[in-house]
Parts: sequence; structure tokens; C-alpha cells
Amino acid sequence: MAKNCHNDYKMKFSLDDEYPDLSLHNNHMAKVLNKEIYGKLRGKSTPSGFTLDDVIQTGVDNPGHPFIMTVGCVAGDEESYEVFKDLLDPVISDRHGGYKPTDKHKTDLNFENLKGGDDLDPNYVLSSRVRTGRSIKGFTLPPHNSRGERRAIEKLSIEALSSLEGEFKGKYYPLTGMTDAEQEQLIADHFLFDKPVSPLLTCAGMARDWPDGRGIWHNDNKTFLVWVNEEDHLRVISMQKGGNMKEVFRRFCVGLQKIEEIFKKHNHGFMWNEHLGYILTCPSNLGTGLRGGVHVKLPKLSTHAKFEEILTRLRLQKRGTGGVDTASVGGVFDISNADRLGSSEVYQVQLVVDGVKLMVEMEKKLEKGESIDGMIPAQK
Amino acid sequence: MASSFSRVLSSRRHLGLLSLAGAGSVTAAFLLHQQRDRAVSAEAVRRRYPASADYPDLRKHNNCMASHLTPAIYAKLCDKSTPNGYTLDQAIQTGVDNPGHPFIKTVGMVAGDEESYEVFADLLDPVIKERHNGYDPRTMTHPTDLDSSKLTSGMFDEKYVLSSRVRTGRSIRGLSLPPACTRAERREVERVVVEALSGLKEDLAGKYYSLTQMTEKEQQQLIDDHFLFDKPVSPLLTCAGMARDWPDARGIWHNNEKTFLIWVNEEDHTRVISMEKGGNMKRVFERFCRGLKEVEHLIQERGWEFMWNERLGYILTCPSNLGTGLRAGVHVKLPLLSKDPRFNKILDNLRLQKRGTGGVDTAAVGGIFDISNLDRLGQSEVQLVQTVVDGVNYLVECEKRLEKGQDIKVPPPIKTFK
Repeated sequence: MAKNCHNDYKMKFSLDDEYPDLSLHNNHMAKVLNKEIYGKLRGKSTPSGFTLDDVIQTGVDNPGHPFIMTVGCVAGDEESYEVFKDLLDPVISDRHGGYKPTDKHKTDLNFENLKGGDDLDPNYVLSSRVRTGRSIKGFTLPPHNSRGERRAIEKLSIEALSSLEGEFKGKYYPLTGMTDAEQEQLIADHFLFDKPVSPLLTCAGMARDWPDGRGIWHNDNKTFLVWVNEEDHLRVISMQKGGNMKEVFRRFCVGLQKIEEIFKKHNHGFMWNEHLGYILTCPSNLGTGLRGGVHVKLPKLSTHAKFEEILTRLRLQKRGTGGVDTASVGGVFDISNADRLGSSEVYQVQLVVDGVKLMVEMEKKLEKGESIDGMIPAQK
Repeated sequence: MASSFSRVLSSRRHLGLLSLAGAGSVTAAFLLHQQRDRAVSAEAVRRRYPASADYPDLRKHNNCMASHLTPAIYAKLCDKSTPNGYTLDQAIQTGVDNPGHPFIKTVGMVAGDEESYEVFADLLDPVIKERHNGYDPRTMTHPTDLDSSKLTSGMFDEKYVLSSRVRTGRSIRGLSLPPACTRAERREVERVVVEALSGLKEDLAGKYYSLTQMTEKEQQQLIDDHFLFDKPVSPLLTCAGMARDWPDARGIWHNNEKTFLIWVNEEDHTRVISMEKGGNMKRVFERFCRGLKEVEHLIQERGWEFMWNERLGYILTCPSNLGTGLRAGVHVKLPLLSKDPRFNKILDNLRLQKRGTGGVDTAAVGGIFDISNLDRLGQSEVQLVQTVVDGVNYLVECEKRLEKGQDIKVPPPIKTFK
């Protein structure tokens, strides 16, 4: 057990003196944490030395917004979810619709179980994308890992990805030493990720040592992309222009399973358990870690009084076309599934496929000046 | 004082009480030396990877840390920590994350506590030497002199000098520094300092404004007075962990006359500022010295003291602020001189630096510059303020000559302590 000198030192100070001031805070961590929980967990650390204060620092530093409820805590390794369960279980429950510590999560990456999804109207649906994250067993997570670990993760990832063939044959571009030409191409393709500027991430220590150990891999067809060592060990993305979500999801499932096989052969499978599904840095991404979405033109529907309610009932969320916390441009929205934990990949993508199809039909009705009141869905 | 700190700090407090009892500097130095030995035998840090796997990639870096952190030094120090648990990786993180600029060489590392300067001396000593123009902490001693009566010609021409200011920092011995301090320690710094400041009298009497409890009205007034400091946004500071838990235990104290100001728990435990409009640097410095001595006396009465030793002077978070931690400066109108191609050379030779009127890394507005001393370590407070006084007087003379169409001369370079 790695000794955490600093935490031992901290234990000499009283609970009251160390307890954070969360009076102005609005995030899941702040809503759950109290002195009793803090007192119980403050002396603990995971085998790699991650402590309660490490878990909550991002939530202490970012009080949040009255309208937007952030998570306010992160995991530093797989064991964080066990050692700090007295805090993380209630946070997970709040964030994931009442998910209980005894619940089991279903994983289903069998793309053939998806119904339809190949006929979303390309006049409205401009692009389709499915992303998830994967953590590699045996390494600590981005808030905590050392340079040595991050580099080892990168090395292992490159080995795994460079053995892919056929539609998945591709190339790795490390952020360190990227040429200007490569960088411009990756930006033009909308593939390049930047050093995180969001204080939600930087306060959790995820941008340390940037850009060391970070990079982007993509297949030659530019339809399958992997980010290495950004907010998670791996972010896996399948995408293409147009509305053929079925094809995007097929490639997603096939590619993921191929990658997982290779990591398993190296005795470094993905972090997963039957309660939390795939283990990722942010508790909001547990379960499937999946965000399946489209860029869709909904200029009329998006200004309709019931737009938000429709999204809520369909269990979907909207974002701007720049991703999370950006604004929509020209009535084009990023629409994706809101849930991650407690339902499978197939189920979540099905919600997107069915929901977007319905919203496009609503948009067409509104274009004709017709009412959509009869089409408002029941709560899913 | 029944606080959880009494057990932790008994060894340090003991030292403080000794100085109160009039123990000579030799005794105090002896005990400091004992402390240093205890500090070096800190806990070893268990690492998951060998030093070579964790050595940072510094090929694109231009900062003092990167210039001196060889793989050998990294390997030697990477598994050590101070008694409080602060590690080398933590100390250098800001320099790894901020490669720097080809024209501006930053320091690239910080101290998490007083002992950092001992435990990581193999890296910090050469960094200090480079940053402070050859000052060698292994062989030299730093002079402290807060006797403001020694200052001469400290009254500037107010047609040119708009305001005068002297600032420094002070750290409370026994408590970790902003990159490493826990919430409890930060709150204790605030308690100790605020209690001491409430004992100041007469022209120094004042009030504390906590950042967490400030009213909107108070906030607006402090902004108007140019007193309010913000949550740090510079990545140099945030990557070192100094903005954690903001705004918990941060605040501003100032005297009723608004000429003596103390920042609590920003980049250092305290930043102490004496300032006023106009060119009376002598009075600004007099108040500065008197105020500092008063505050020191007040914390000593309660068994605390400032971090100080004779090789590094006053101990602060950034190695660039060691020694005096002093920046004495003026806002001065130099529209003609600043356009003269010899301006920078003149400043260099006078051991002065220019900044914009917004402070470090800002631009000058309307020909008005912030001119202050370059040096911090190896010369005393009196010497450095004298340098500023003499230098600014020279600059104003140059400006006057240029106004009259006369030529100016580049002064010979001032000898530093070397």
C-alpha cells in the first residue's frame, strides 16, 4: 500500500478545520457530502494513494451554476469507486436517476440488436456519431497518473491500435512533435482535441504534463477515432456525415471489441464490473460511457415551447455544435442520449435513433404550419 | 491557544518563544540547523515507476527549472518528500505544464513549504543562482535591513512620478505554503494574520475583508481603490495549485487611510503593500518598515514567526521572491525616454525593470510605466529601495533633458553583490 505522506499530515488537523466550505455550491458532490461522510472517509486512500480531497477538489473549486448540475468529483483509479463509495454511491444515484448500490448494469455491444437507424433524413441529420471511453486495468486514471503511467498507457494503446486491419487500419499522431501540416489536417477533420481549458478538468489535474503521452489515432477512412490520455485513458469515437446511425454503431461495436481483445491479450483488459459497467474518470460516464448523437437541423422545433419537454421525455439532451457547454449555430443542434448507467449501449442508441426520427417528423410538420401536439411522446 | 495546531507546531513555536526570550541569533541559528537536519530525513515516497520513466519531457521548455533539472538530479530527488509530504513532482509541475516563452524565462517551480528549500536544494540552489544573478545559497548570506532612516533622496518630482509603492511577502513559519497548504492550514494563516493585524494602531489601524463574506458594496469599493485581487488565472499559478478551494480563507486587510494593505492567502501567506499617490517614496518605505515590524511583533507575541533564514532571507512560495521579496516601484511618466532606443539598456544598467501599469505582463498606457527593482536576493531592503530611488531620479532627469532637446547618457552598470 503506497503511503500518502500528505494525507497522514493532514489527519493531524481537525475535521472542522479541513471541511470545505460548500455553502455556495451547486454540484452533486456538494449536495451529498456532509461532515459525517467527510469524517469517515478523510483518513482513507486507495492503494495508489488517491484520497477524498483528491476526489472532491474539482467540486470544491467549481461551485457550479444554479441551472447546470455538474458532478463535482472524479475517480483517480478503479478502487476509488470502492474506497469512497459512501460519497460516490449517492452521487451516482443522484446523477443516474436513482441507480442503487445493488443495481446491475447491462452491457450490450451487439449492433445487430439495433432496429432501424439507417434511414434518418440526411436533409436534417447532418452527421452521426457514437463515442465512449475505456479505462485500462492496472493503471491509475488521468487525475492521478504519473508521467510514467501515462506513457505506458500510450505505448500499449499504440501497439493495440496499430495491429488493427481492414476498415480499421490507421495511424497514430502523438501530440508531442505533431507537424503543422498534420495538425491542420486534424483540425480540418474535426479530430484534434486541445489541452483542456475547462476548470472542471484542470482543477482535477487532468491537464498535467500536457501534451506528454497524448495523441490521436484514426483509421484511414476517417470514420473511427481514438483519443489517448485526454479526460480518460481512451475515448473511442465512430462518426460519419449523414444519418446512417446504424452503420456508425456497427463500426463502433466491432472496433471496440477488436481493441478490447488486443488489450486483454496484453493482460490489460478494460476496467469493468457488473454494478458500474465501464469505469471512467467522471462518475457521469459510468455504465456505457456512451454518448450517441447527431447534428440535426431543428430551427422550428428548437424554438417551440415544448422543445425541452420533448427532449426530457425522449431521454435526450441538446448541446451546441461545438460539444458540451457550447451554443447551437443556425438552428443546428447536437442531440444525444442523456443516460449512461442502467441501460445498455443498444438501448441508448435506440433512444437516439427513435427520438431523432420523431423530432425530424415534428420539424417537417412545423414547416408546414401544422401542430405537433398530437405527437408529443410519453415519458420514456 | 487550544487548537489542533498546538501539537503539530510545538517544535516551531518553541523556536519562536526562544527568540522572544532574547536567545541570541547563534542559538536560533543552531536550532534552525537542527530543524534542517530533521527536515532532510523525510519520508521516502514509494514510486510505481522508475525515475527514468517519469522524467518530464522538457525539450521545448525555457524556464529555470528545465535548465537545471537533469535526469540525475531528478533520480536523486524524485523519491523524497518534505516532512509534510510535498514532493519534487509537485514542486516542478508548474514548470512542466508551462514551457515558457523564448523571450521570457520564468522560474518553473515553487516551494510547498519551508523545508522544500532544503529537501530539494540540489535543484533549487542552481535555480536560485541563475534567477538571482549568481547568488549562491551554499556560500553566501543575505542581508536584511528594514531601517528606513537610511534612505536618501526619497522624494520624487511629482510632475513625473504619479504613485509610489513597496511590496513584499511574508510566510508564517510552521504552516505549508499556498501550493501545498491544506484548508485547515490556510484558515490558520488567516486567523493568525487577522488577529495580529487587529492589534495595529493609529495610522496603521484598519479592517479585514474576507473574500467569502465581503458584501457587494465592499467589493466595489475595493475594486475602485485598486485593492481587490482576483482568483489567479495565470496558469503559472493555477498549475502549482495555488487557486485551490478559492475563495476560502482569502481576504484583504487595509488601514483606514488606505496606504497599507495586506493580501491574505493569494500567492503567498501574506503580501504586504505600502503605497500612496505622488512621489514620497521615503514615507512609503518608512510606513512599510514600521508596519512590517509591528506585524512581526504582534505575531511573535502569540508564539508565531516569519519564515526566514540567513542564506535565503524571507522564504516565499516562488524562488524569485526570496531574500527581500521586495518590489519597490513607481508609476512614472516617461513618454520621450520610453521611445528612445537606449531605454532598455538604461534600465538594465540601473538594475530596474519596466512593467505596464496593470502590473506584471501588462502593457504601458500613455507613456506611463511601472518601474521597479529587478533584484530581490543578495541585497537588503534599504539597498534595493535606494537603487529604485536613484534610478528613477536618473530616469526623470533623462526625460527632462529630452524635453529640452538635450542628449542623455547611458549610465554605467551598477555593481551587484558579486
